Amino acid sequence: MSTEPVAMHMSDGIVDAPVSLAFGVVAILGLAVCIARARRDLDDRTAPLAGLVAAFVFAVQMLNFPVLPGVSGHLLGGALTAILVGPSVGALCVAIVLVLQALLFADGGLSALGTNITNMALIGTGVGFAVAVALRPLARRSRAGLLVTAFVAAWVNTLVASLGFVLEYALGGQGPALGTVLALMAGFHTLIGIGEGIITALTVGAVAAVRPDLVYLLRGPRPELTIREGATR
Amino acid sequence: MTSTPTRRRQAGVLGAFLLVALLLAGGASYLASGSPDGLDAVTQTGCRETDGALQGWCIAQNAGEHASAGSPFADYAVGGDDALTGVAGVVGVIATLVVAGGLFWLLRRRSGP
Repeated sequence: MSTEPVAMHMSDGIVDAPVSLAFGVVAILGLAVCIARARRDLDDRTAPLAGLVAAFVFAVQMLNFPVLPGVSGHLLGGALTAILVGPSVGALCVAIVLVLQALLFADGGLSALGTNITNMALIGTGVGFAVAVALRPLARRSRAGLLVTAFVAAWVNTLVASLGFVLEYALGGQGPALGTVLALMAGFHTLIGIGEGIITALTVGAVAAVRPDLVYLLRGPRPELTIREGATR
Repeated sequence: MTSTPTRRRQAGVLGAFLLVALLLAGGASYLASGSPDGLDAVTQTGCRETDGALQGWCIAQNAGEHASAGSPFADYAVGGDDALTGVAGVVGVIATLVVAGGLFWLLRRRSGP
């Protein structure tokens, strides 16, 4: 039995009340947009998969892996969910995980839900998906291309999500100099992102090997080769 | 129209996801590193922990007691017992599946009339 708190996300009080409230509003507005857009991406086939992807993210977030002596990291899940079920449904998956972690497992403060959701669900998923879409031609070319795409998207999502914390700390935090916090957050998450990248590549690769049509990123509009051909003269 | 083999493979993918999630949360969670994660390592920079209290000057000192600290599953334990982390993990996987799966099922585009 141990009294050591097991926390992975921002606690209450890490940033002040006005900033927490402001990011609470950002999170609510962002999730409202995601809910409206998610309807397009969910049908009888994809809705059960999306529910399981959320449950999978919860499970993998419990698995802290060591990155430096005394420092660990865990999956955030932005790129993973965005590549598999799309950015809107993906952000909802991560947000649901964060809400349940805060309510049931006392992980991540209730007043910090806005900042945690903004960083990991909105920024992480959005940035992860943007990188994945930029690399989509590579992802479609070969299996190795898909794995590289998943890895890079996940690495960037981890780093940028951690910078979300630095922004919130700059606006409403108290403690060491901003430069120190920035350097430490970026440094640790450059390493944690490697783990996030490996987990994301393994997971996306496994699904794509069996059912590539279930991978949202690979389903998007294909480049219109015929139109380009017709336009050249 | 999905053919029966395709549908069976779909069920396979879904079943595999659930099985892996349950095994990771219920079993592999015991192997997880107990060190603070990147964020906590940053918020604890400048402090030293003695007898559960933070000494020094760091961001984490501003953190308040968690409002859900009284939850039976607080800190991924069951009633404070860390030996039951796996049980807490399985509860979390099922709770996430019910909430997320339920929401997505309600939001989905209905096929047919």
